[in-house]
Amino acid sequence: MTTLIVLSALGLVCLFSEILGFRKLLHPIVLIGLLASFVTNLMDWNNGAHLFNEMVVIDNYSVAFMGLMIGITFIWCLMSPDFFTEPSSETDHFALIVFALIGTMVMVTFANMIMLFLGIEILSIALYILAGSHKTKLSSNEAALKYFLMGSFATGFLLFGIALIYGATGSFNLAAISSMISEHHEQNSVMIVAGILMMMIALAFKVSAAPFHFWAPDVYQGAPTVITAFMSTVVKTAAFAAFYRLFIHTFSASPAIWAPTLMIISGLTILVGNITAVYQTNFKRMLAYSSISHAGYMVLAILAMNQSASSSLMFYATAYSISSITAFAILLLVSHQTGSDEIRSFNGLAKQNPFLSAVTLVAMLSLAGIPPTAGFFAKYYIFSAAIQNGYLGLVLIAILGSLIGVFYYFRIIIALFKSESEEKEIKVNTLFRVLLLVTSLAALALGIAPGMLAGLI
Amino acid sequence: MLTTLIFFPLLAAIAVLMSGENAKKIALIAAIIEFGLSVFMTLGFDPAAGTQYFQEFWWVPSLGIHYSVGLDGISLLLVLLTTFLVPIIVLSSFKHNNKNPGLFYALILSMQMALVGVFSAQDGFLFYIFWELALIPIYLICLMWGGNDRIRITLKFFIYTLFGSLLMLAALIWLWMKTPAPHSFDIQALYSLNLSATEQSWIFWAFFLAFAIKMPVFPFHTWQPDTYTDSPTPGTMLLSGIMLKMGVYGVLRWLLPIVPSGVHEWGNTAMILSVISVVYASGIALVQKDFKRLIAYSSIAHVGLISAGVFSLTMQGIQGGVIQMLSHGINVVGLFFIAEIILDRMKTRNLSELGGIRLVAPAFATYFIIILLASVALPLTNGFIGEFLLLNGVFQYSTWMAAVAGLTIILGAVYMLTAYQKISLGVTNHHTEKFVDLSQSEKWVLIPLVVMIFWIGLYPGYFMGLAEPSIKTLRDVIHSSHGISLLSH
Repeated sequence: MTTLIVLSALGLVCLFSEILGFRKLLHPIVLIGLLASFVTNLMDWNNGAHLFNEMVVIDNYSVAFMGLMIGITFIWCLMSPDFFTEPSSETDHFALIVFALIGTMVMVTFANMIMLFLGIEILSIALYILAGSHKTKLSSNEAALKYFLMGSFATGFLLFGIALIYGATGSFNLAAISSMISEHHEQNSVMIVAGILMMMIALAFKVSAAPFHFWAPDVYQGAPTVITAFMSTVVKTAAFAAFYRLFIHTFSASPAIWAPTLMIISGLTILVGNITAVYQTNFKRMLAYSSISHAGYMVLAILAMNQSASSSLMFYATAYSISSITAFAILLLVSHQTGSDEIRSFNGLAKQNPFLSAVTLVAMLSLAGIPPTAGFFAKYYIFSAAIQNGYLGLVLIAILGSLIGVFYYFRIIIALFKSESEEKEIKVNTLFRVLLLVTSLAALALGIAPGMLAGLI
Repeated sequence: MLTTLIFFPLLAAIAVLMSGENAKKIALIAAIIEFGLSVFMTLGFDPAAGTQYFQEFWWVPSLGIHYSVGLDGISLLLVLLTTFLVPIIVLSSFKHNNKNPGLFYALILSMQMALVGVFSAQDGFLFYIFWELALIPIYLICLMWGGNDRIRITLKFFIYTLFGSLLMLAALIWLWMKTPAPHSFDIQALYSLNLSATEQSWIFWAFFLAFAIKMPVFPFHTWQPDTYTDSPTPGTMLLSGIMLKMGVYGVLRWLLPIVPSGVHEWGNTAMILSVISVVYASGIALVQKDFKRLIAYSSIAHVGLISAGVFSLTMQGIQGGVIQMLSHGINVVGLFFIAEIILDRMKTRNLSELGGIRLVAPAFATYFIIILLASVALPLTNGFIGEFLLLNGVFQYSTWMAAVAGLTIILGAVYMLTAYQKISLGVTNHHTEKFVDLSQSEKWVLIPLVVMIFWIGLYPGYFMGLAEPSIKTLRDVIHSSHGISLLSH
């Protein structure tokens, strides 16, 4: 609860900074505020609460995901100072990021359908603006418009689903809905089935799972790189945390309704994401498709629905976010100095800048899921959870997907070691150096000692 | 102690990476210390006492994953092979001033860590991790220092082997799930599983594909000749000398005892594939013009025979397999080193452009013929012991398979001796007359290899004694789990 208050206050401070004229101090203030909220969030560990008449439930699950998202936002704020000082962007971007974070917080603590809807909206509206924050760039505008139209459409599905389920069960409360559904197991009405499927479609859209993923590549590529980084890490984590929370708390009694569909979505997402990524020559777009394929793996955790599923989802989200944010930070550096975010701007990087290529190597290995990185263990964890619940066939598809994944992640690694190099030297300032070192070490540490996070929640 | 043995190379690798100019020397010293350590451990090893130097602690408790390592006779021999070959491989590359030597030797040493880990892991998950860890350094070595077509070839190699590994991972997860709760990857727990025949067949194939790709066995070998040829020679030595033994070792440790009835069902298929490998690869080796490529194919033929011997499940077959793994490791490293010397001096490996080297470089020719004869299994050399036992084992399994596999001795002699004739005999041409004889450091690479060739060839008893009780235990495990009648002698 305190976390929510701290974050909201931080958001307001950001807005007032413009009026009261302490804009220059804003960056440190945001960082301190994020740290403070991180600490207050940790204090809720094993110390959960039911608030607002069961609208919000804080438990270890939500604390773990909040901790992850605040942490990633913190790293994100460190790596994107330029974004906030560019003339085209104003200080209220900070406020929008903080508000988006508040949205994600609501999304992981909801115990009521209304709160889920509110959380998603708080997050999405901030994101629509942020996606278009390069006002003079056509692609950024296009991304914002596309995201907005498709996002609103999905929100419509969500609301429709909520309404149908309310109509069938007479409640917005997750626990009440869950018991209603399981009590009347035999006569689940069409309304419930349609409601569940509509909510699933809406959430599949938010996590960019196939076949609702078509917006993702364009939006990811068009939006400013820092915003893409935010969307593919924090936002994705939040969407999955909400997806999982909703389905486990509410619909776990009736998997027959949604599990077959979700299975198809998972398999399709893994294959479509990975196969399409192979054909990309643009690094940013490739990361977009890779992020789609990772969504497919995470859907597996929702399907697994067993004891280790929430832990495995948490682990996967952490591993993926850490490696992904590293990849985006590298992309920022490279594209800033070579002026292009094509894969070929990585050519010959190993010779010019061994440090940068070493961290790229770790990030790519982790995304591809090769030991000893976090990405491997994350995949292993989810696969084993899914096999335990009988999804062997799907796991085999996922394995095939990881194999295809190696093609495009290794294309970056190969580019690093190509002998022909673009002459431009890429400089890394101390802040980025420390940042990249920390995230890479974290990716390795989680791969070598996964016990730190595995089995936490 | 064993943990030190596993992770010392990693520490050394970090030191080498930092050292810059002195990378070569530090790497060599570290590799020799590692070898000394393993010899020391061998002296304290009691063959009859089962798994020793056992260490175990929790790694990821919530998932039942242990860090547990230990050595039995078979593991010990392969660890010894690794620690013996790595200093030689390091020394063999001394002459080359590779760009960025620190990284090069650091990768070799980290590969050594993974290899020693593979041979000593007693937990399925740990085994898998080391198995995969071995892949990354060798991939980078080939990618950074390989030949012209390296990008395509190394990617093919990586994807191929990763495919097998991932199937093995799925099988391991399945086995883990079948262990009584709380689940575990412990090797003893996996040995005592009760699996249905269908499950065993599936798991057999998942494991077999992983191992067969690594070895490689026909028809999963297509990555191998290109990779061997295009890698820098130290990389080829690591791949052929040690890494392919991972596949055979995997069969011995993780395939046969875990799914005995799967082996009963499909072992014959594996035998047939292995025997096909032998003949097929020998046939192709006959027509090779490139010496390095010829050795690559001969390696497929040899490992095919090893695999056939192991799948025969006879005492002699498995024993021969273990001995031949050592011998083949030693011989193939020697041969690749010879090929490297030729390439280095003549700038070509094309057999038809060579000739008469014996006249200008007698020492070179002598070492060459010793290693070559060992490789074609001349009596008194190490190759003979291994191949004899292997063929004996295969013969007990099936006469006609032994007859076909036995062709390897004839074909091997044909292609190897032809190669020797083209390289060393005859008259010199304007190229080869400038061939310089061996330098001191090159001799230091070849001498230990030749010593080992004769040691194993003349008195294999020591090495066989180390492994024999473990092989007996292994056969007992296979035997007891499902009461399959085994050919025994």
